[in-house]
Amino acid sequence: MIEIHDLHKYFGSLHVLKGINLNVEKGEVLSVIGASGSGKSTLLYCINGLEPVQQSNAVVDGTDVHAKGTDINKLRQQLGMVFQQWNSFPHLTALENVALAPKIVKGKSKAEAREIAAQQLKHVGLGEKLDVYPSALSGGQQQRLAIARALAMEPEYMLFDEATSALDPELVGEVLETMRMLAEEGMTMICVTHEMGFARDVSDRVAFFHQGVMEEIGPPEQIFGNPQSEHTQKFLANVR
Amino acid sequence: MFDYNFHWRPVMKSLPDLLEASLLTLQVAVLAMILGIIIGLCLALIRLNMRGPLRWIASTWVELARNTPALFQLFFFGFGLGAFGLHLSPYMIVLAGLTFNCAGYLAENFRGGFQAVPDTQIRASRSLGMNAWQAYTRIVIPQVFRIVYHPITNQMVWAVLMSSLGMLVGFRELSGETQFFASRTFRIFEYFAVTAVIYYVIVKLILGASRLLATRLFRY
Ligand SMILES: Nc1ncnc2c1ncn2[C@@H]1O[C@H](COP(=O)(O)OP(=O)(O)O)[C@@H](O)[C@H]1O
Ligand SMILES: [Mg+2]
Repeated sequence: MIEIHDLHKYFGSLHVLKGINLNVEKGEVLSVIGASGSGKSTLLYCINGLEPVQQSNAVVDGTDVHAKGTDINKLRQQLGMVFQQWNSFPHLTALENVALAPKIVKGKSKAEAREIAAQQLKHVGLGEKLDVYPSALSGGQQQRLAIARALAMEPEYMLFDEATSALDPELVGEVLETMRMLAEEGMTMICVTHEMGFARDVSDRVAFFHQGVMEEIGPPEQIFGNPQSEHTQKFLANVR
Repeated sequence: MFDYNFHWRPVMKSLPDLLEASLLTLQVAVLAMILGIIIGLCLALIRLNMRGPLRWIASTWVELARNTPALFQLFFFGFGLGAFGLHLSPYMIVLAGLTFNCAGYLAENFRGGFQAVPDTQIRASRSLGMNAWQAYTRIVIPQVFRIVYHPITNQMVWAVLMSSLGMLVGFRELSGETQFFASRTFRIFEYFAVTAVIYYVIVKLILGASRLLATRLFRY
């Protein structure tokens, strides 16, 4: 379970997250929507410790992310992350991309790591591409590679930061399909997304962010069908 | 008017000596490059990540190495330090001068290389649980290495050619040795013509080996 209590984040004097309170249960799929600059990415970075925070306890399975004694590299193994820019490692094959972290972070043997990698690549539909370098993959394939790479660490949670925003429109579908599959398998997911269809169909809850504040959170029927906040209404009117 | 008679025999007789001297040339160039790569990498990392006096020293090093004649840099380690009572052997003068020069040029190559690898590569690595060292050594440095591979090859060629300045500080590498024989026999043109060919062959071998290695190293 991810527990966030009164999370504040500043970039210099810029107050980017203004007291976020949020719990995400095991097995839940939460979509985070909101205008660009509202702090959605920053929230994810604070959850896995890629950004320091000024005030918070963000707690993942009982471990405070930002506490001094926390082994952040260990904690991050619980938190797979997929970025807007897929960030394939260009000098490694698809298989090596996925096998690297299990080997050097988790200490798996080379054979074991490659087996895990092959399995995860098959899982996301890249079973034919094991020995291909990322430069020979499409954006959609590279994003699925990034998903496989995160899954290979056997995380409890997956954080998606606009995983489809940088893709050509015709490649969005295959990545959303993969995310949907994970959701159906019971993965706990926080998905920052501009894909309202995905948010509506796949998530258990949807959170709307506005200028560093979580204005509204609730089941998709409520957020999309009967939004309470004026900002949510405006935002949804614009994206439709 | 063209009444110069070529005499190649003396050159051919000292060819073994010249070839031996060219090994010395290669040795000092390779050593200077190894040291230059290590120091250049440090200089680049200092300039990218640090402030204060260390950064100032690194920047000054790079500026001097790139913007003054290599010969003067050699002279500094020879006559310059000599004026302060520190006398290096000709070998050390050339090694120090070349290293100073190569480190300065390579530092700029490395700096460009590091800047060409996006920060998001580090973010992605760290998000997988890699520590900073693993992210650098497994993800960043291999990409930087590829970017600087050809500049390093070019610098290696320069190091070989620049080592010929050694003859001006009394170092008997290929050029120094040539000079020695040429002035004894007065077959100056013949000696330097043959030596030029030897340099040419060395450079071609380096370029060929580098190209061969690149096809094995970089599959992507
Ligand atoms: N590294 C950074 N340094 C300074 N400001 C930042 C940084 N990252 C994000 N910001 C600012 O924080 C705010 C929230 O950014 P972000 O979390 O990326 O929003 P979103 O993902 O919702 O578009 C924006 O105003 C952005 O300009
Ligand atoms: Mg964002």
